[in-house]
Amino acid sequence: MSVDKTTVSRVARLARINIDDDRLEPMAQELSAIMSWIEQLNEVNTDDVEPLASVTGHALPMREDVVSDGDMAEKVVQNAPESMSGFFVVPKVVE
Amino acid sequence: MTDLLKMTAVEARAALDDKSISAVELTDAYLAAADETQALNAYTEITHDKAREMAAASDGRLAKGEGGALEGLPIGVKDLFCTMGVETTACSNILNGFKPVYESTVTQNLWDDGAVMLGKLNCDEFAMGSANETSARGAVASPWTVDGDDQDYAPGGSSGGSAASVAAHSSIMATGTDTGGSIRQPAAFCGVVGIKPTYGRCSRRGIVAFASSLDQAGPITRDVADGALMLQSMASHDLGDSTSVADPMPNLMAGLEDGIKGMTIGIPSEYTMDGMDSQITALWEEGRKWLEDAGATCVEVSLPHTQYALPTYYIVAPAEASSNLARYDGVKYGQRVEGESLDDMYAKTRAAGFGDEVTRRILIGTYVLSAGYYDAYYLKAQKTRRLIQNDFIDAFKKVDLLLTPTTPSAAFPIGQKVTDPVTMYLNDIFTVPASLAGVPAMSVPAGLADNGLPLGLQLIAPSFHEDTLVKAGRVLEKAAGFTATASRVASRVAGQ
Repeated sequence: MSVDKTTVSRVARLARINIDDDRLEPMAQELSAIMSWIEQLNEVNTDDVEPLASVTGHALPMREDVVSDGDMAEKVVQNAPESMSGFFVVPKVVE
Repeated sequence: MTDLLKMTAVEARAALDDKSISAVELTDAYLAAADETQALNAYTEITHDKAREMAAASDGRLAKGEGGALEGLPIGVKDLFCTMGVETTACSNILNGFKPVYESTVTQNLWDDGAVMLGKLNCDEFAMGSANETSARGAVASPWTVDGDDQDYAPGGSSGGSAASVAAHSSIMATGTDTGGSIRQPAAFCGVVGIKPTYGRCSRRGIVAFASSLDQAGPITRDVADGALMLQSMASHDLGDSTSVADPMPNLMAGLEDGIKGMTIGIPSEYTMDGMDSQITALWEEGRKWLEDAGATCVEVSLPHTQYALPTYYIVAPAEASSNLARYDGVKYGQRVEGESLDDMYAKTRAAGFGDEVTRRILIGTYVLSAGYYDAYYLKAQKTRRLIQNDFIDAFKKVDLLLTPTTPSAAFPIGQKVTDPVTMYLNDIFTVPASLAGVPAMSVPAGLADNGLPLGLQLIAPSFHEDTLVKAGRVLEKAAGFTATASRVASRVAGQ
């Protein structure tokens, strides 16, 4: 599977990472090389194979739906680049 | 002073108990060693004051006869573990300045057992790499060099700082994490022991996430007994990690010397590749004889989907990474680059904060999860992952353990493989399958290549059989009689 510049641009937009224009073509080539190497998986017959998402096979544990932690807004925002009164501050989103 | 650095953790712990050494003395010796070996760039931060405080507290507890299993042992921590109040960046610029307000469960377990924190250790950025070259803090030089040559060799990765520091005797033991080989491959390159336990044994809470269905913490140590001691302490059932397993870890030290008489060891015929170093093949054959001499029976087994493990991994791991790393957006922690809008700020922050390899993997992950490609790539990989796990389940119906090489070659010079991602990925060809299957595995230093660099053998056990794993590791260790010390530290450790 060959990945072209347009695809890199689209995927970078989905991933919210700016890629400089002069990096699009080299990145397309790198990703193409990796994806074509991955193509060998097509040799494997996976008909009737159940996809594996968790190696343990355990069901996720359940617990009482009660507050077990919290009330630490100041700690939560302590590492934020910008915060105010226990809130994260971001650029204005509504004009 | 030098005798202090030569002791293994088990020996040092006994010496602390009989009061022939103090924790402060031991810690000061290791802090000095960490300072003296700064040129290796194994540490990203040495926490002198914290180490001395913790060591003094250890001496207090030892005096009262209250010492824990790791009391007074100075340990280095991979920069992937959140350490309260101590900068934790996963060696990425996007997390510059991040000081966690909580402690990871694994490191808390170590401190609860009395261990002393020496500092944070260098690693590949977000643990994505096999040479420690993707770190935003710079590459780590292996303490090993080739005879007659002062060129810097890679310590392996991603836990490169951990393995280099244990090999350089600048920490007595170190934490590592392993997603596809990140404990075992650097352990092999640096001539030390590395254990990746069964998925779920060590809590992932407070470990910067890379690929959550694969990430596991484990110890990097100078010998197998130290690995057993440290892993015992790291493992726990934790309600803060929903994949943490409740079954208690067997007592790893108790049966360590029991041997492997009567066990059946599988030799998987698929663990070979084009261009594999013939010295590795010879060492593998020797390892087989060592196990047979110890009373085990070795048989050929087949894990037919082995060759598909690496491409499967390079879909699953980047897919999970692209999701996990979505949280680094310049809002909650780390660096922010201002933009014209919220979206623009995200995209600029992430472009500035992530290195090339991390960006590449996020893009691959985003691509294989995107509309129209999900079934062809991600779902396909989840299915091949099932087949790879089934290979192990079938093999372990016939054998107690598997013996393989850890890596297809010895360490390589820094910078040699960085230009071609796929060549770099091939380093993990023998370690990735056990990661995908979730089974425990360890690398044991087993010999030296002709050029003087260490080589490792890998043992793989069924899930939850870490006790069998370390028993066999101990047999390999004794038979190999690996006593070589890294060239750059041999003179320092041997005496000044």
